Amino acid sequence: MSFEPKILGILCNWCSYTGADLAGTARMKYPANMRSVRVMCTGRVDPGFILNALRSGADGVLICGCHPGDCHYIEGNYKCMRRIPLTKKLLADMGIDPRRLRLEWVSASEGARFQSVVTEFTEEIRALGPLELRELNFDAEHPAGTAQKISAAAS
Amino acid sequence: MAKPKLAIYWAAACGGCDIAILDIEAKILDVADFFDVVFWPCAMDFKYADVEAMEDKSITLTLFNGAIRSDENFHIAKLLRQKSVVLCAFGSCAADGCIPALANLFTLDSILDYVYLKAPSLDNPGKIIPQLRTKVPEGEITIPQLWNTVRTLGQVVDVDYIIPGCPPQSDQIAEVVGAVIDILKNGKPLPPKGTVLGATDKSCCDECPRERNIKKITKFIRPYEIIADPNLCLLEQGIVCLGPATRSGCGAKCVKASMPCRGCYGKPINVRDQGAKMISALASVIDSTDPGEIDKIIATIADPVGTFYRFTLADSFLRRAQV
Amino acid sequence: MKSIVIDPITRLEGHGKIHLFVNDDGSLANCYFQVPELRGFEQFCVGRPVEELARITTRICGVCPDAHHMASAKAIDAVFGATLPSAAFKLRNLVYNAFYAGDHTTHFYALGGPDFVCGPDAPPAERNILGVIAKVGLDAGKKVIAQRARGQRVIEIIGGKKVHPVTALPGGMAKRVSKEEQAELVKIGEEMVEFAKFTIQVLNDVVLANKAYVDLILSDTYAHKTYNMGLVDANNKVNFYDGKVRVVGPDGKEHCKYEPKNYLEYVAEHVEPYSYLKYPFLKKIGWKGFVDGVDSGVYKASPLSRLNTSDGMTTPLAQAEYERFYETLTKDKSGKTPVNATLATHWARVVELVFACEATLALAKDDEITSDKIFSPPQGIVGEGVGIVEAPRGTLTHHYKTDKNGIVTEANLIVGTTNNNAAITMSIKRAAEGLIKKGTQITNGILNRIEMAFRAYDPCFGCATHTLPGEMPLKLVIHDAESGEVIQTVQRNC
Repeated sequence: MSFEPKILGILCNWCSYTGADLAGTARMKYPANMRSVRVMCTGRVDPGFILNALRSGADGVLICGCHPGDCHYIEGNYKCMRRIPLTKKLLADMGIDPRRLRLEWVSASEGARFQSVVTEFTEEIRALGPLELRELNFDAEHPAGTAQKISAAAS
Repeated sequence: MAKPKLAIYWAAACGGCDIAILDIEAKILDVADFFDVVFWPCAMDFKYADVEAMEDKSITLTLFNGAIRSDENFHIAKLLRQKSVVLCAFGSCAADGCIPALANLFTLDSILDYVYLKAPSLDNPGKIIPQLRTKVPEGEITIPQLWNTVRTLGQVVDVDYIIPGCPPQSDQIAEVVGAVIDILKNGKPLPPKGTVLGATDKSCCDECPRERNIKKITKFIRPYEIIADPNLCLLEQGIVCLGPATRSGCGAKCVKASMPCRGCYGKPINVRDQGAKMISALASVIDSTDPGEIDKIIATIADPVGTFYRFTLADSFLRRAQV
Repeated sequence: MKSIVIDPITRLEGHGKIHLFVNDDGSLANCYFQVPELRGFEQFCVGRPVEELARITTRICGVCPDAHHMASAKAIDAVFGATLPSAAFKLRNLVYNAFYAGDHTTHFYALGGPDFVCGPDAPPAERNILGVIAKVGLDAGKKVIAQRARGQRVIEIIGGKKVHPVTALPGGMAKRVSKEEQAELVKIGEEMVEFAKFTIQVLNDVVLANKAYVDLILSDTYAHKTYNMGLVDANNKVNFYDGKVRVVGPDGKEHCKYEPKNYLEYVAEHVEPYSYLKYPFLKKIGWKGFVDGVDSGVYKASPLSRLNTSDGMTTPLAQAEYERFYETLTKDKSGKTPVNATLATHWARVVELVFACEATLALAKDDEITSDKIFSPPQGIVGEGVGIVEAPRGTLTHHYKTDKNGIVTEANLIVGTTNNNAAITMSIKRAAEGLIKKGTQITNGILNRIEMAFRAYDPCFGCATHTLPGEMPLKLVIHDAESGEVIQTVQRNC
């Protein structure tokens, strides 16, 4: 059975969520791998949501907001525009492919764009494979983890 | 009437928490007066076997400092949990992982490889790496297994209270000790389980005396690049300071000494991941709306993971790097 | 063959254990000293901005964090090719000497002192700070607490906060000292010098006046003829913060004197499979095993070693004590004949304590410490640096390499007590051999004398203030090495 990515989508209420609705009412097909969460603005997106999603089983996180200059709250999407690159840098430094996090601008009228963004992102995550976070949780059975391989080899 | 029993133990630690306890100065005599110290390897010669022989729940209070990164640390953590009524994660190592948890950016193998095979001062032609069991002519001797991932105390046993800080400031410790003695002497109720003691409910910025204005940063700088203005917020001057994402209680001593906060008191109240909050805070002050320019400004932040998670990597969402 | 494991050894930085093997006739077959922990600082410093190492490496040890802060600061200065303004150099010296004044106090009175002041055979319940107080008066306890508090206060004023200081930058210090703070520092310095005089009196009245103790110091029981290492200034006088590393043989001859940046030519580290702690030795002589003598590369780095490698102290009271020390123990007050008796380290520590107190006062009085010229931002970067200071427990070496942005690419550390690893191992074994003989019943006194062997080195955790009853309970369970059956249990106050 091939890998079905689990993707978390965070969509802003005013543009992207409406854009997603448009794709839906127009019966545009796109992969069902994304679970969507609606926020009022991408400025609400705390990097902690992204990290929490990845540790909770998401293979990818897609954030969609209003185009720069069109934010309903004027500056919210700019904040997101700055947080996401820094979060990607953190992911890279933590050994997680930063392509698993993507930020896209989708307006209320861009149903087709929403369809293509989600499709493309799903396929990219499929190609990257499942995100397996080794030694995330404490394992009382094997507390040492992958410990002292050199030690074992040298003995 | 028998005195309540107290245990103080250090796992993967530096000893600073034990020194901080002793820095409560004359108040240590109140502690000695009120409690019967039954286990404190740094100061007294009780052995592990003595703890094993104790009745379950016979130790009233255990202050456990140090992170968990070996079988020995884990064994004693479980033992002390079993023998103690109240178990406190004392200090940043036990609460959040602290500096030892920076090892989670590497594998244990890479550490062993450098320390015993690659360090420039080594003379190790036999490529000897310490073994868990070594046969000697007289028999066999052992050392404990080190772990690949450093854990907090709360990740391996059930913890009642947390006292954050690297180390917890002595005046805070003195207050906590006083409160504990008061509770035990006068039969007062214990605080709710999970309470953070010895710290307050705001962020470090709240205790910082520097002047704050709207921040617009176009370039982050390292602390040695300028002679910082002594009266102005350090972050405003472009120096990355973790004050916004750090719990208050320490008195902001580092910032008062003109050095940026590095977050040793851990995450603030209602925050789950200190580094994530710091990303949010820094992103808020970057002065640009152009993606290319934003990338350039972000590139001026040195070592984001090691700075935002300097003290809390083991406690963070992701716990360790995938290497 | 019987197996006896003392676990954990207490009052050691981190954890340690001793595994004794006893022949069937009761004599000692062998004895292994093991350190069962490793945290990996040398690896996880890689990737960090180099200036942050001054705040990260203090967490190697919370008892001597100032030593790491200073060694690190010096290595970082070298990485940037930075020069310190004179006021910054004085501030670092001042805080470092004040730190010594507190730390050596802790060890002499509360840790090693009780063995010395109360005597090695004193009942365990008395062999702690309370016993010291009983010998010298209740006042002593209060004085010790006050002295420790003074040391920590100076660290707070100059270093920013107690325990883990933060203010060293490449090219200086971050925090200015105000005129009010200077007045406080001068007062602290004066009180410290008074305390130093008090300590000399304690040493005289309680230790040196007792012939049995002096004989013990001079006896062979704990003597090792190894090389000695310590930092000296241009005149070969003891200096904790700055100078060259000098090594002198057990015969008094100079083996080498090197600049920090050349340490790799002179020092190497040996590895054993049964301990996580490495064994530094003198490279040009070579590792010959756990043996002493001029042909063995084993060396000690401790207060005793520092006195042995130097020609004296730069402050008057300390110099008088230095001369008295050598006159008493070698009949030659010049110090050219080294003292090899490990227990004499406790006295050497007092000589250094006096020096640290005097130096603190002298530096506090210097008005330049209130200057605002305490930091000169570095221009450019060299990319590699070595910083060496004397930690109370031995010569401390920090060596960093960075990329062109000052991000660490490699870090190598040789830490205080580590220098003494081989010597400690030998001392423990020598004590055990002397004490566990054919037909001997293993008693509490024997256990203590084995402990004394390592305690004299003040192994990196000088744990302060035992103002708590040090009953020193100790339990040894002796198992038959084959069947595992318990043969004998020896307990002491537990």
